[in-house]
Amino acid sequence: MTFSAFLFQALNGLSTATGLFFIAVGLSLIFGVSRIINIAHGSLYMLGTYIAYSFATRIGGALGFWGGIVATTLIVGAIGALIEVLLLRRVYRAPELFQLLATFALVLVINDAVLWLWGPEDLLGPRAPGLRGSIEVLGRHLPTYDLFLIVIGPLVLVALHFTLARTRFGRLVRAATQDREMVSALGVNQAVLFTSVFALGAALAGFGGALQVAREPANLATDLIAIGDAFVVVVVGGMGSITGAYLAAVIIAEVKAICIGIGVVDFGFGTVNFSKLTLVAEFLVMAIVLIVRPYGLLGRPQGQVRSVAEPEDPIRPATPALKALGIVTLMFLLCLPLVAQSSPYLLILGIDVLIAIIFATSLHFIMGPGGMHSFGHAAYFGLGAYGAALLVKWLALPMGVALTAAPLVALAGALLFGWFAVRLSGVYLAMLTLAFAQIVWALVFQWETLTGGSNGVIGVWPPKPFDKASVYFLLTLVLAVIAVLLLRRFLFAPFGYSMRAGRDSALRAEAIGIDVKRVHWLGFAIAGAICGVAGGLFAFAKGSISPETIHVSRSIDGLVMVLLGGIQTLTGPIVGASVFATLQDTVMRQTEYWRALLGVIILLLVMAFPQGIVGAFSSLWRRAGAKP
Amino acid sequence: MSVLAIRSLSKAFGGVRAVNDVTFEIERGEFLAMIGPNGAGKSTCFNMINGQLKPDSGQILFEGSDIAGLEPRAIWRFGVGRTFQVAATFSSMTVIENVQMALISHAGETYELWRAAAELHRDRALDLLSQVGMREAADRPSRELAYGDIKRIELAIALANQPRLLLMDEPTAGMAPRERNDLIALVKQLVVERGTSVLFTEHSMDVVFAFADRVIVLARGRLIADGDPAAIRNNVQVREVYFGTGKTFAGVPQ
Repeated sequence: MTFSAFLFQALNGLSTATGLFFIAVGLSLIFGVSRIINIAHGSLYMLGTYIAYSFATRIGGALGFWGGIVATTLIVGAIGALIEVLLLRRVYRAPELFQLLATFALVLVINDAVLWLWGPEDLLGPRAPGLRGSIEVLGRHLPTYDLFLIVIGPLVLVALHFTLARTRFGRLVRAATQDREMVSALGVNQAVLFTSVFALGAALAGFGGALQVAREPANLATDLIAIGDAFVVVVVGGMGSITGAYLAAVIIAEVKAICIGIGVVDFGFGTVNFSKLTLVAEFLVMAIVLIVRPYGLLGRPQGQVRSVAEPEDPIRPATPALKALGIVTLMFLLCLPLVAQSSPYLLILGIDVLIAIIFATSLHFIMGPGGMHSFGHAAYFGLGAYGAALLVKWLALPMGVALTAAPLVALAGALLFGWFAVRLSGVYLAMLTLAFAQIVWALVFQWETLTGGSNGVIGVWPPKPFDKASVYFLLTLVLAVIAVLLLRRFLFAPFGYSMRAGRDSALRAEAIGIDVKRVHWLGFAIAGAICGVAGGLFAFAKGSISPETIHVSRSIDGLVMVLLGGIQTLTGPIVGASVFATLQDTVMRQTEYWRALLGVIILLLVMAFPQGIVGAFSSLWRRAGAKP
Repeated sequence: MSVLAIRSLSKAFGGVRAVNDVTFEIERGEFLAMIGPNGAGKSTCFNMINGQLKPDSGQILFEGSDIAGLEPRAIWRFGVGRTFQVAATFSSMTVIENVQMALISHAGETYELWRAAAELHRDRALDLLSQVGMREAADRPSRELAYGDIKRIELAIALANQPRLLLMDEPTAGMAPRERNDLIALVKQLVVERGTSVLFTEHSMDVVFAFADRVIVLARGRLIADGDPAAIRNNVQVREVYFGTGKTFAGVPQ
């Protein structure tokens, strides 16, 4: 690549950076003030593109395009305000991260709403009136619209900077980011502040999305791609720093642009296709930044948040009633193959649910008692699944060996990734785990000669007698019971207590001789290994494994299961996984708009059970017990 | 031999010499108060001894071995217990489990995966709770307790590894006057029984003069006085830099 081509590619990167910046900065502002990780932020960005498309095509002309962008910004801002008032305000006092569930449900609902309103086709808007041409730069044509994008990013950055530095609103936002309890103690109306910040963040996302209308087609997959990119940008730049967000957006966009520019390079010992690296490049950048600068490039340690949720109750051994319930459930499940002879689907559902239970229980192990909110648990599921499947494919090893190897492969991955992850905390830990999961995903996606790339590994069927659904169901049941009881045992043992001690007060735990990082690291590894079992079982249950089954959505599914059941209870993940997996398997079959339906169900559950399903029932139980 | 010997300890933050060439010792069984106005360097000094800060220079000899710069958990293993200015306990655990955690760690059972933690060292934990007067509350969730009681739990935790030295950073901060005296009297009684040495910082002068065997005074990072309470009370330099007009003493019974 020539030097001028390189520079041109860099210019291209700058115009992409603007879009990244607009979505990331809103996410960062909202997180700073409300501590909500708004997964639906990518959906707002996507809505921006679609709404602007409608303005530009229905009204048309300069008014439709430029006026449409302004109107879209206001509309998306208003939608943001509405979401805050109608939904998020009701769940602020729920345990940490619970709001994430609500915003995840919104992702599903908004995606289907867009599908319903605009249809499944990609929609390419008109070119921007007045900026249709291009100018010659370095002997190439650069569209003037891209030039406009390059300029508008820094302009908005400066405007935001002045708003935050000079206005009363800006001072309140900065103050709330540092210590929101103090701000509310000083008599600031928090409701208004939260709503306006949410509206501002949403409007910025809408603006960013609207600007894309002349560049890229509106597409239904934009929401999750955009939110993934935005997370990376926010974390690399440092939570709450708008300059950091711009800096990070530029770095990420440039790294991607340059990877595409370099293309295929022959190193002598082999060729590397750099343009394929774009999938993983941003996550590599994030992992490196987080390891070197744990709070991002321009970030500072997060302000202390005094938890608003009820503190957790001490854990107690199972009551006789709970034990009885467990035995009855187990009896029922053991008999299920007999009942299910007439409907084989029931057994498939049963296997899915049991695998989900192992997955969710292992995630809960580190999320709840360990306080480590992993957003990348799919990595260990994937390592287990691919570990088992590849042993069968390449070495033709029997299922027993492959299923034993699955947790070991996952354990190795968890030991490696966990060592870095436990050095961080809070949202930074969450993002680093997400980055590792993306790296695993990109690895299996691109290492085609080993993993089969996007086709995955097929033909991983269990041998006799496990080829019968009923027998495989029983195998899964046995392993699930062992996994759940083992993790439970660990939690009641000194190790589990030490993990909780480190979460409750790292200061006190260190002062009584507990090596908190080491305990959390080993906890992370245990959870990873158990999760690997779920992955191995999954591969044999489906007969195949492909990259899409271990994508970020599986990590999010895990979070949803744990939060839905109740993060502060030990049986929560079991109930949450059962409910979620059943809903997913049944609702999905009923309607084309299954996402919206699932989203609405999750929203209703979130409103009805702010402590999760089991959390809600156990407080009901306690209240009933307290009465004479 | 003294239990703890601090030799020429120094720590600077940027241009500020928070602790500047401080030297003192604590004898076995001694109840030593460290006082000084805000910003005198008490907390910095304290945090170097307990391992939260690394000194720029100087030695911290605990029973002859230099513990300067070690991690807090390593210092604890040497036999140094501590309480915090803002009491820190494990809020998701019961009162007794909090104490059991310290006993489990002391016994080297932290990584144990099989036995139930709640059944380990229960008798010993109950014994410690009785000593601080909290046996009745053993099985209550610790987050339900009043702050004064949390302080007592912390004391039981701190005594669990039978420390030879107890570090208490403002043990009575945030407590009512009556509770303060009760707590310090309890601490004094427990450490006298065991022969434990105590180093504590304190803002409440009535507590200091009623209980301390000896008092050291820091001002602007330097040690300016070291002596028994009577001598400190009459020390002109201490009065000047710390007590100003000396009115602080008006209410203290002679």
